[in-house]
This record gives sequence, C-alpha cells and structure tokens, in this order.
Amino acid sequence: MDRPPVARLSGVSHRYGAVVALDAVDIALPAGCMVGLIGPDGVGKSSLLALVSGARQIQVGQVEVLGGDIGDRHFRATAQPRIAYMPQGLGKNLYPTLSVFENVDFFGRLFGQGKRERERRIDELLTSTGLLPFKDRPAAKLSGGMKQKLGLCCALIHDPDLLILDEPTTGVDPLSRRQFWELIDSIRARRPGMSVLVATAYMEEAERFDWLVAMVDGKVIGTGTPAELRERTGQPTLDGAFIQLLPEEQQRAHQELIIPPRVDSSPGYAIEADRLTQRFGDFVAVDGVSFQIDEGEIFGFLGSNGCGKTTTMKMLTGLLPPTEGTAKLFGKTVDARDLETRKQVGYMSQSFSLYGELSVAANLDLHARLFHLPDARRGPRIAELMERFGLEPYADKAAADLPLGIRQRLSLAVAVVHEPKLLILDEPTSGVDPVARDEFWALLVELSREQGVTIFISTHFMNEAERCDRISLMHAGKVLASDTPAGLCAARGEATLEAAFISYLEEATGVSGQLATVNWENEPKMKSAEGPPLPVARPAAFSLRRLLGYAYREALELRRDGIRLAFALLGSVVMMFVLGHGLSFDVEGLRFAALDRDQTPESRDYIANVAGSRYFVERPALADDADLDRRMKSGEVSLAIDIPEGYGRDLRRGRKPEVGVWVDGAMPYRGETIRGYMDGLHRDYVRQMLREATGNTPAKVLEIESRYRYNQDFKSVYAMVPAVIPLLLLLIPAILMALGVVREKELGSITNLYVTPVTRLEFLIGKQLPYIAVCMASYLLMMGEAVFVFGVPVKGSFAAMTLGALLYVTATTGLGLLMSTFTKTQIAALFGTAIVTMLPTIQFSGLTTPVEALEGAGYWIGQGYPATYFILICRGAFTKGLGFADLWQSLLALAAFIPLLTVASVALLKKQES
Amino acid sequence: MGGFSLSNIFRLGLKELRSLAADKVLLGLIVWAFSGAIYEAATGSSQQLNNAPVAIVDEDNSPLSARLAGALYPPYFRRPELIGLEQVDDAMNRNLYSFVLVIPSHFQHDVSAGRRPEIQLNIDATVISQAFIGASYINNIASGEVGEFLTGRRAEEDTPIRLTARARFNPNLTGLWFGGVMEAINNVTMLTIILVGAAFIREREHGTIEHLLVMPLRPFEIMMAKIWANGLAVLIGVAFALLVMVKQVLQVPIAGSVGLFLAAAVFYLFSAASIGIFLGTLARSMPQLGLLIIITIVPLQLLSGGVTPQESMPAAIQNIMAATPTTYFVRLAQGILYRGAGLDVIWPDLLGMTAVGACFFTIALIRFRKAVTQTQV
Repeated sequence: MDRPPVARLSGVSHRYGAVVALDAVDIALPAGCMVGLIGPDGVGKSSLLALVSGARQIQVGQVEVLGGDIGDRHFRATAQPRIAYMPQGLGKNLYPTLSVFENVDFFGRLFGQGKRERERRIDELLTSTGLLPFKDRPAAKLSGGMKQKLGLCCALIHDPDLLILDEPTTGVDPLSRRQFWELIDSIRARRPGMSVLVATAYMEEAERFDWLVAMVDGKVIGTGTPAELRERTGQPTLDGAFIQLLPEEQQRAHQELIIPPRVDSSPGYAIEADRLTQRFGDFVAVDGVSFQIDEGEIFGFLGSNGCGKTTTMKMLTGLLPPTEGTAKLFGKTVDARDLETRKQVGYMSQSFSLYGELSVAANLDLHARLFHLPDARRGPRIAELMERFGLEPYADKAAADLPLGIRQRLSLAVAVVHEPKLLILDEPTSGVDPVARDEFWALLVELSREQGVTIFISTHFMNEAERCDRISLMHAGKVLASDTPAGLCAARGEATLEAAFISYLEEATGVSGQLATVNWENEPKMKSAEGPPLPVARPAAFSLRRLLGYAYREALELRRDGIRLAFALLGSVVMMFVLGHGLSFDVEGLRFAALDRDQTPESRDYIANVAGSRYFVERPALADDADLDRRMKSGEVSLAIDIPEGYGRDLRRGRKPEVGVWVDGAMPYRGETIRGYMDGLHRDYVRQMLREATGNTPAKVLEIESRYRYNQDFKSVYAMVPAVIPLLLLLIPAILMALGVVREKELGSITNLYVTPVTRLEFLIGKQLPYIAVCMASYLLMMGEAVFVFGVPVKGSFAAMTLGALLYVTATTGLGLLMSTFTKTQIAALFGTAIVTMLPTIQFSGLTTPVEALEGAGYWIGQGYPATYFILICRGAFTKGLGFADLWQSLLALAAFIPLLTVASVALLKKQES
Repeated sequence: MGGFSLSNIFRLGLKELRSLAADKVLLGLIVWAFSGAIYEAATGSSQQLNNAPVAIVDEDNSPLSARLAGALYPPYFRRPELIGLEQVDDAMNRNLYSFVLVIPSHFQHDVSAGRRPEIQLNIDATVISQAFIGASYINNIASGEVGEFLTGRRAEEDTPIRLTARARFNPNLTGLWFGGVMEAINNVTMLTIILVGAAFIREREHGTIEHLLVMPLRPFEIMMAKIWANGLAVLIGVAFALLVMVKQVLQVPIAGSVGLFLAAAVFYLFSAASIGIFLGTLARSMPQLGLLIIITIVPLQLLSGGVTPQESMPAAIQNIMAATPTTYFVRLAQGILYRGAGLDVIWPDLLGMTAVGACFFTIALIRFRKAVTQTQV
C-alpha cells in the first residue's frame, strides 16, 4: 500500500458492557480510494466506522483521521466539515416527516451554507440522483433505495474529503443498489481525491472496492485488494475467501447447502391470497396481490424495503384486515378472532420482537406456555429445540445480549415451538452473516422437507431467493412475476436471478438502470484532483445559521404533527376552562344536617338560621347518634348540629344552653372554613337575638374593618385564573420538550449532532425556539380566555406580564430539555418530567398556598422553582395592577433560570456517543 | 369474545413484571413516588393557616398595641414586623405580607374610654386559601386581647347560647394528615396511567404487541396481564406508602381498615390502568401520549376533591368529574382512611368507580387491534 492513509487506528479496543466490539485493532486505511469493510454482523464494522467519523467516543487506543487525532475535541471541530457519515439503517439520520428538499436543505444549513449556495447544490445533487421529481415527498414515503440516495445527497452537500457509508445498500432492491454504486462511481470520478469507507454484508459488492478489510469478532483477519484476498486463499469467490480467512473453529462444518427437491404431494393450498389490497389513507401499500402456496412449499417474497412484503404478511396473519380482497389459510378465511388457525401458524416479524430482558430458556418457556403445550410435552420440546438450534450454550443469557445470528435462531425456535404447519417469516436473515444465514436455511430446509411445514419467507438476498421452490417478485405493492427461480431467469433470458429481477423492475418502472449516471462534464470541478485536500478552516464556535437550521427543522416537524400541536394549543385552552371553573376555594354548598333533640320553636329557629345562609345546604334531619355517625362517615354531611334536649327551656330561663357542632375535619382547609362560617353565623344570630330582646346592640370592644384587597368580592376565580396560566405554561411546555432530545436518541437522528459542526448550544436552543413560539401562542390564547371568558381583567401591565411569559416559557421548555438530555428512553423522560413538575407546581409554587407558608423542603423547592415567580407576576399584573416597577425582581428571578438550565443541559448533553 | 385463559394472563403478567424489574431508572422513580415524594408533600405544604406573614402599622405605640402585636405568633403567624403606613401599599404589592393590621393613634386611649376605635385589617385576598381563615383568627385574637385588657381576664363572652365546635376525624385539623394520603392517591393515579400507557405505546413501537397478536392470545388477555402486573407494582408501593410512610414516619393515625382501602385500590388500579391503555390506543407516538397524559392527569389530581372540595365546584364540572374513577376513589379513600368508613358506607363509590373503569376498559378493548396497526414511529 503506497498511498498515505486517510485513517490510522492504533491499539483501538471498544466494548459495550461485557461485549467486545473491537479488540486491539491496528490498521491504516488508504486514502483516495474505496475501502470496504466486510464481515458478518456484529463484528465491529459499525463501531469502527463510528469511531473514525468521530460520532463515537474512543475508549482505548488512538484514531488518526485526515492527519489529526479525532479524539481531540478541537481537531474534531476542524475535521467534521470534511467528513460525511451515513449511519446504518435505512434513512436512520433523516427526518421522516420532512420532504426530500427539506432534508438536504437542513444539512446544508448545518454546514453553514447560504441560501443560494444551498439551492445550487441541492438542485445539482437531486438531479444527479434522480430525486428531483420527488423533491416534495416526505422522506417516510420513499422506497428504501430512494431513502439511501437521499441520505447520500445529505452526506455530499458539503463536499466531504472522507465519505463513510455504513451498509448503505442493505435492504435495497437490486436495481436501486446498482444505481447507488454507479452514483458513487460518478461522484468519485468527479472528485478523485475523496476517500470512501464502506461497510457491507454483500460480498458481490465488495468485489468492486479497491481495498478490503475482513473482520471477525472485533479483529481484522485480512486486508488487501479483492484479487489479493482471493489469490491468497486460493478461492474463486470472495465469499469463499472470507470463509477461508475465518479461524479454524468458525469454519466449522460449513458446507454447501443442498436442498433436496420437493416431492409434490400437496393435498391443498396452505395460503391463498386473492387480490389483497391495503390502503393507508391515499397511499396504496399493497395493490391487488394474488398467489397460492402449496402445503410443504418454500415460497419466497423478493423485493426491496417498503415494497409491501411486510404489509402482505400482516394481512395473512390477521394483524391487518385487508382493505380489499381475501386471504385464506388452509382453506379458511383469515379471521383475527380465530385462535385455532393461529395455533397452526408460526410468525417471525422483521424486527426482533422477543423479550430482550428474558433469557433464551425463559423466552422458549413463555411461548410454549402461551401455546398451551401440555406440561409433559413442554420440557422435552424445549430441550429438543435447544439442541437442534444450537442454543444450549446460551440458555441462561438474556436474549438482548445475543449476537444477531443466534437471536434469529432463537426467534425461529420460538416460532416453531408449537410445531406449526405454516411458518411466515418476514426477512428473518436481514443483517445476518453468510455463515449464520446458511445455518438458518439448513433449519428451514429440514422443516420443509422432513416435516412438511409450509414456509412463506421474504428476503432481499438473491441467493436465498434462489433456494425457494417458487418466488414472487414484488415492487411498489405489486407482484411483478411469480415462478420458480429458474423459470423467472428463463422468462427474461437472463443468466442470474438478479439480472432477471432488474429486467422486471426496469420494465415495471420504465426506468433504465443507466439513468443514475449523470453527465458531470459541464459542471465545474469542485476541487483539484491532484495534491492533498485544501486545509479547511475551523468552523465558527457559534453560528446563528446552524442554530436557525435546527429551529427551522424542528418547526417543520412540529407543524406536520398536527395532533401534537392541537393538543398543546387546544389542550391548554380546554384545561384552563375546566381548572379555572373547578379549582375553587369558594367553600359553598356545604351539606349539613341537624340532630334536633329538642324540637321546640327555639331549636327550629336556630337550625333555620344556618339553613338560610348561602354557605350551607340542609339535608334531611339526623335521627339519632348512630345516624349522625354514619352520615358523617360517609361524607354525606360535613357539618352536624346537635341541639340538646331542653334547649328551648334553658334558653328561655337564661341557663345558657350549649349547641354542639361537629365539623368534618378530614379535609383540614374545608374544616377550618366551616368552623369559621359557623362561628360567624352563631355570633350574628346571638347578637340579633339580643337586639330583639333588649332593643339595642350589645357593646363591642372594638371594630375591625376588614379590607379584602385586590379581590374585593373574595372570589376564587380572580385569584385562581391568573395562577392556572403559570400552571399550564409549565406542565405542557415541559412535557412537549421532554421528548425532544431523547426521541432523537431513540430514533437515531441524534447522529447529526455527533458528526456535523453544529454545537450543543446551537442544537439545544435551535430545538427550543419553535416550542417557545408555540407556548407564547398558547399564552396569548389563555390571556384572551381569562379576559373575555372568565371576565378577569388585567389591571396592571400587559407588557410586563408578556415579557414574564416569554422568560417563563423559555425556562419551562428548558426544564423539559434538561430532563431530555440525560434520560435514555422516552418513558423515563416522560415519567421523570411528570414527577419533577407535577408536585412542585401544584403544591410548592403558591398556586393554593403562598410559598412563605410552606415548610422544610417544600419552602426551598418553591423558592427555587420558576412557577413561583410567574404566579407572582400574573397575580400582580392581573389583580394588583402592577407594572415593571413592581415586578422587576420577579422578572429578574425568572431570567436567571434560563442560563442555569441551558448550561446544565449543555453540560449533560454529549457531543459524541459514549 | 369467547372465553379466556387465566394461565395466559398470568404468564404474560409475569413477563411484564420482569421487564419492569429490568428498568432500574423506572423502579427508582416508583420508589421515590411512594417514599420521598409522600414525605415531601405531607410536610412541605398545607392549606391551613401556617406561618402567615403579618405586619403591623403601629401609630399608637401603646402597651395595648404592643400587646396586640405580641398575640400573633407561630405556628399560625410569623412574628409581625413593624412598618410605616406609607409602606403598606408597596409591601402588599410585593407580597411581603398577607395581612397588615393598622392601629391608629390614641387607640389605647380610645379603648379605655369605651369609644370603640376602629382598627383596619388589610388582607391580601389573592392568597385565597388563607385570607378568610387568617382574617377570622386575627379578629378573634384582637377582640380577645382588647377584652382582656379592659376586664383583666380572658372573659367568656357573655352570650345566651354557647357554641362548642369540634372537628371530627382530625380534631386539630392538621394539614399533615391530609397531604400525605392525598399525595399517595395522586401518585397512584399518575404512576398507573403512565406505566400502563407508556408500556403499551413502547410495545407498539417495538412491534412486540403484533407478535403477541399472531399467537393464540386475545387482546383481553394482553390487557389484563398489563393491568395486573403494573397494578401489583403500584399496589405494593401504595401499601408501603400507607403503612410505613404515613403511619410510621409521619405518625398519622389511620381511622379505618387499611385492608379495605387496599382492596378498593385494586379496583381503582384496574380503572386507572384502563384509562392508561385507552390513552395508549388514542396516541400514535410517545410524544402524543405524553401530552395526552398530562392533559388527563392534571384535572384528575386537581378536581377530584383532593385539593379543593368538590361540592364547591360548578355542577357541570362535578358531572364531568363523575365520569372519572378518581373522584370516587378520593371520596372513598377519605371515607375509609380519615372517617373509618366501612364497606357498608363506601360500596356505592366502589361500584361507580369500577363501572367507570369498565367503560374505559371496554372502549380500549374495542380500539385495541386498530390502534396496534396504526402505530407511527
């Protein structure tokens, strides 16, 4: 190797928990050519690429990329604009609700490109990839091949010197695959200095690369050009060469898989599909698909991701009722409620859907029990499967910790635990290495040929399709052709199934495989072909354009999720209506009952006085002590008046009779208020009685004039409505924002933070801005509601309150963002945010009880909580007529939360995956 | 719907418990919700008069005015601060004091002369939960002090009828008794709805629900398994909260049978979990579920009678809240725990609560299959 390396790894090891992904790797990758990483899944290819791209933090060793240490933060900032990284998984770093144009545009913004530059580049890239006609289509509705082309556009927007592609063609149809590589070739022809680093599971693709790295178990087992590798091992194909390179014990009993011919003795059809159609809205996922599968046959579905294979399978299992057409299993129409048919079917869904936290044995046991295998049969059956599927060494391991190949074997074992007559397998070997795939197929062949199980399998591997008895080629929801593999080749006059499939695809789409090759001649070359790449200046430490790029994208996503937007805006209006009316401290309508043991005019008069007040509502009289006891216990009455026998007589004789009152103290606030009311009523009654008797009012020692300030009528609504606004402007923004970062973590688009020049601060503030705007809109709606619906006027400064609201929602969205930065799953973020917001907002921020009246932790939480200050501002501006002059301290306190929360979020957010 | 298999429900539920046990963060949050949070809520906040900030404008500077100031003391009031008349408006605007008592000059002189002088009590009426109670306390205290000053003894008011008011179930109206138990109930609601709702959405997003639906399992069994398993976890939590936190740590006496309460809680858990699954069938993604849950939980907590009494709410709100199980549960929990009510008293609430829960369960069951197929990732 005579070229200078583009990347050099020395002593690099990487582990995830107990799993070793890379084991002391020393390797130099040559620059200016296509370098391929080959090897089965889970051998560390992706980890290596993530380390080189700077997306993942280096644990042990040194990684030098483009002449500098990628582990160094400062160098990374300089190098990132020269690197492009496309992670594994179809469209993993794309935004599904954004259109093709918007996705590429967003990446342009992240690299600080101006509007005109972006438009020129996007136009050029979309033209060359053939995506221009689909410019406005959301990424979610693209086929797998188109998604990958879009990913490539996004990666190439900034003319990288190093392009890193992690399994870019896995799950893509052969035509798109061919177009993809032609596209890469034409880009390289135009920018010969560019280095390309590719991981792939397709050996036939690896043939076209300049230099290969074969990997197994985190170690490099061979490097060189494809020809060198073949020569060294003496094998005619790369597949063979790779197996030769494997350590002895892994070559195992790997042997050519031979499929015995099927003896056609089929008594009937296992599956009959008749013009099956499935529409989602105006999108037709499956369009009039018909086929029949004989019992005992291996029937293959071949097609790219998103062509309708999975949807068809779901209709056959009864998961999805077809929009049109019928599906029959063993002659019976598929019915979701028919449990008997389901016992004859085993299903393996595309994604791993066993329970990762359960061990291998526990997963098998759970499913055996759910299928009601008799106790006596269960043990032997599980033992038999463990042995046959080679799962014994893993019996006690959690399923999530297994290598992919073993996991797929477990999934198959689970699918056949009840000895079904029909297996429906949705891409069971996706991402599994060639050796493990062959082993998996050996199991299938045995099931089919020896036990007569019908197998309906979908795949995008040509060599697997060739093993099926018959296959259907699917594209865009339609079956293009169905026949035996040999029959299909013969029909198109092609030598290989792949060529035949491409020929069918070209016919169906009217697109020639050559379209992707674009004439670059009349476009200026971006960089000279010779010499080292020009040094690139380090991007600015802060860029408003990148920040606004994130804000713009987040706003687009929010706008497309109409349901969430409606919940946020209408939800707060409705909640305010309900809470403003319901959260009332006007203690009224209290139910009371009297136990009148006297039954004289005097006693009845006393009771009538209480019943006449506006606070109390009289219930039927109490019969006796037991009745009093029972009705207070049930909460039916919260006040009981007990008038003793002889009350009237004693009163007349001036013996000062005693009236007993029982107050329900279960709810202390209400109890206290009832006692206060009762006290007042009693006094007034006595005073009036004396006046009637003596003609003058008894002397009072002093007069106390009570002035209820700010709320003369002492109505709850004037105090509560201004406090409900802060309550809602905390809970809703926090929860809106809480899933902001963690969702990107779960879905994978967080990678864009790791590998582009965007800084953590730009990322966080950019994401926050659209939510602040939504929350301000919600604030204005609630203000209108307060004034016009509740009739609570703003007596003070609206401007001061609005400024307060702006500071407040910035702080409350910041709180959600903070929760989002350190949680790992959406559930934890949701749950954590609910816990840290509900109690403090409702109890400790002065909503019902002033903070000063709180004690201990509650007091300090209240003092350090933004809602406290905004409640003061709202109540001040609404009811007290205050303005800036009186509210500046609270405004300042609110403002102080913003830098605190932002700094904390930035500190907790990682710029690299750990 | 045909029959169902108890063994399936049992097996799936066990699986559910194992998943829960594997999520340490979630477990930590559950433990906190039934220990620290209960303590924090019970001791931190109260709606009774407590530490109310008071100021006095003393223009008299007499022994009597000093005596009035001395009569306001903790725990109901803070020690009053002396301020000038010109400071009153500003101080009240800035929420420094909830009550300001203005004692005019010649006050003591006028009192002694029997002229019934007027003192002014300024009350911040935005402090809605304390204004009325605080004002009547200050009224009583001031009248008592002045009376005692005049007669030299704390006079029993000369009244033809005596009134003896006693509070039942919580004789001293201690707020601590209320806060802890209500927080436990709030957390039961919140935890159950979030745990079940989010677990359902997660299984939808990961496709494991589809996997179950292809097996000979009924949606009914899958739902019941989720309910019993998550319900059990929350039930253990609430039992701990009551028996250890409320009874032992906070020393709050429990009037009725804890066993009866926990039995009623089982029915409540069923109802709340049904709401959780119902919300899980409405939302298409976790962010949507998050908002839905907040919009649901806040009214459930604030309007079910745990914060302000329900009879004071407008009839329309009372009717809406009657369609939620929480209203019934708060009522029956208050009945059992504070008033010592038995099954004979609480059975209508128990019935209502379960009926409402069953409605949510049925709607969720009907929506189950449809929801599973329209997951949006």
